[in-house]
Amino acid sequence: MNTFHVMKRILLQFRRDKRSVALMVVAPLLVLSLMWMVLDHDESNLELGAVNVPESMLEKLSSDALVVETMSSTKAEEKLEEGTLDAVLYFENQEISLLLEGSDPNAAGALQKELQSLRTNQKDPVDVEYYHGSEDLGLFDYVGPVLIGFFVFFFVFIVGGVSFLRERTQGTLERLLATPIKRSEIVFGYLAGFGLFTILQSVVIASFSIYILGVFMEGNFFYVLMVTILLALAALSLGTLVSAFAKNEFQMIQFIPLIIVPQVFFSGLFPTEGLGTWVQVLGQMMPLTYGAEAMRGIMLREASFADIQLEIYVLLGFTALFTTLNIFALKKHRRL
Amino acid sequence: MSTMVEMKSVIHRYGKNTIIDQVNLSIQKGEIFGLLGPSGAGKTTLVKLMAGILQPSEGTISLNGSDLQHLSQMKNFGFMAQSDALYQELTAWENLDFFASIYHLSRKKRRERIREVLEMVDLSSSKDQPVETFSGGMKRRLSLASALVHEPEMIILDEPTVGIDPVLRQSIWNELNDLKHKGVTIIVTTHVMDEAEKCDRLALLRNGKMIAMDTPESLKEKVNVSSMEDVFLHYGGETK
Ligand SMILES: Nc1ncnc2c1ncn2[C@@H]1O[C@H](COP(=O)(O)OP(=O)(O)OP(=O)(O)O)[C@@H](O)[C@H]1O
Ligand SMILES: [Mg+2]
Repeated sequence: MNTFHVMKRILLQFRRDKRSVALMVVAPLLVLSLMWMVLDHDESNLELGAVNVPESMLEKLSSDALVVETMSSTKAEEKLEEGTLDAVLYFENQEISLLLEGSDPNAAGALQKELQSLRTNQKDPVDVEYYHGSEDLGLFDYVGPVLIGFFVFFFVFIVGGVSFLRERTQGTLERLLATPIKRSEIVFGYLAGFGLFTILQSVVIASFSIYILGVFMEGNFFYVLMVTILLALAALSLGTLVSAFAKNEFQMIQFIPLIIVPQVFFSGLFPTEGLGTWVQVLGQMMPLTYGAEAMRGIMLREASFADIQLEIYVLLGFTALFTTLNIFALKKHRRL
Repeated sequence: MSTMVEMKSVIHRYGKNTIIDQVNLSIQKGEIFGLLGPSGAGKTTLVKLMAGILQPSEGTISLNGSDLQHLSQMKNFGFMAQSDALYQELTAWENLDFFASIYHLSRKKRRERIREVLEMVDLSSSKDQPVETFSGGMKRRLSLASALVHEPEMIILDEPTVGIDPVLRQSIWNELNDLKHKGVTIIVTTHVMDEAEKCDRLALLRNGKMIAMDTPESLKEKVNVSSMEDVFLHYGGETK
């Protein structure tokens, strides 16, 4: 019951503190847009060679971003070698296949997106091969899912941690503990208030990234929301927990290099496969690792719930752990 | 009369420093009990011990005859901290509504009580103003209102009238006296001598030790002076 009152109060405070709301919603949009501009500069003309592709099919491909030229297969090979073509589309035995030049991940990703139209119209999946390089989407498509998770995590951590810290420094925590409220009700009230707010935050950030910036997205939108909200709750419970070890806002900021930055390194933005086991074990102790893995699974690989349930449970586990520790840490202020 | 607060050999330490040293006191139901002492004497620490926000290192504290074991006991008192503990972004009304809601007052009752206490501290006209725009004295008054909003049996006020002008201070004391007549126990810490005179009983605290406890009149008689100020100076000087 008191949980509800705390939640209500937090939402009311959000309504008054427009700046923090902006920080949590607009700042991620801004940074995502900037990253998108840097990493996802759409090449104005993607050069696509077509070998034996029927005219009717080529029409479907007509798009501003594509320059399609019909040619022979030897000519296409030659041009790929020169690097003057981004990809070649083949049509053999009623099947369509794509050979990507592949050295420019941006072009590869953009082309794959363009060809989505072919794919949905025609049930058979497009068979994609790479002339150079590996199976690589656009850089932004690859880091996008991680970045969505990261920004939600980062801003909820900061704003949540600082709000809880301020509750302590402005004396309202002590004042509150002189009432019959339970320690757990305060902590759950925070989770609920921020939880509701982060639903909004996640919807805005995820829709913006997917529908406006056009991050590659295969999977279920609701799974994306679920994972970002779980990440936000883990971030909030971690932020409020560590705020107990900060004396002021500045000390709270000092946790960024200690707690946030390391998580970025393990979240999959950088490959960790080749690293020593202890480094990987370290990564497995961080919430963002799981959030990022689940986000990539959903958005790039069309993961089903079963595919991401491990990550979901681990994130829930982190939240439960931090919350319990937090309720316990409040004992410092009141035994009951 | 029955006992509201009972402290027995209470010691409180912060690290190695003993801040409250062997304090014994009992506060009766329905009295105004004053805690007087120089800055740093331990008044705030002592009232926080009573409110259950701090735990004594040694000794026992009981409220209404039983140890502070259940949260429900916290319903019975209101606490006004020395530094205003208010939500700056929220309005006066919203602050009071939040604190009142924790005591599970009904909506109607809440509205009624908030109006009453706002009237009492003369803030009715500023009820929809965010606290961050309040003056120091207004915040102080709102803190007082938030300690009273749930009609507690006992109120603990840590320097309630600092920064409040004499006219309003007088009217607050009138309200406190009214509450007292309704049977509410009131515990106040103060630096102000004329306020000390208004208490039924006074405890003088110095360096964490209780050096005297009696009615203001008896205290004056004992050391044979005419004003509380002299009592304060007398005891203050003695233990130096
Ligand atoms: N959190 C704390 N940690 C360590 N020492 C503390 C703490 N709080 C108070 N003290 C010390 O306890 C002593 C008593 O403090 P307290 O706040 O109870 O005094 P006070 O009588 O209320 O003073 P004032 O009239 O100035 O409010 C002081 O010496 C103070 O330094
Ligand atoms: Mg004090």
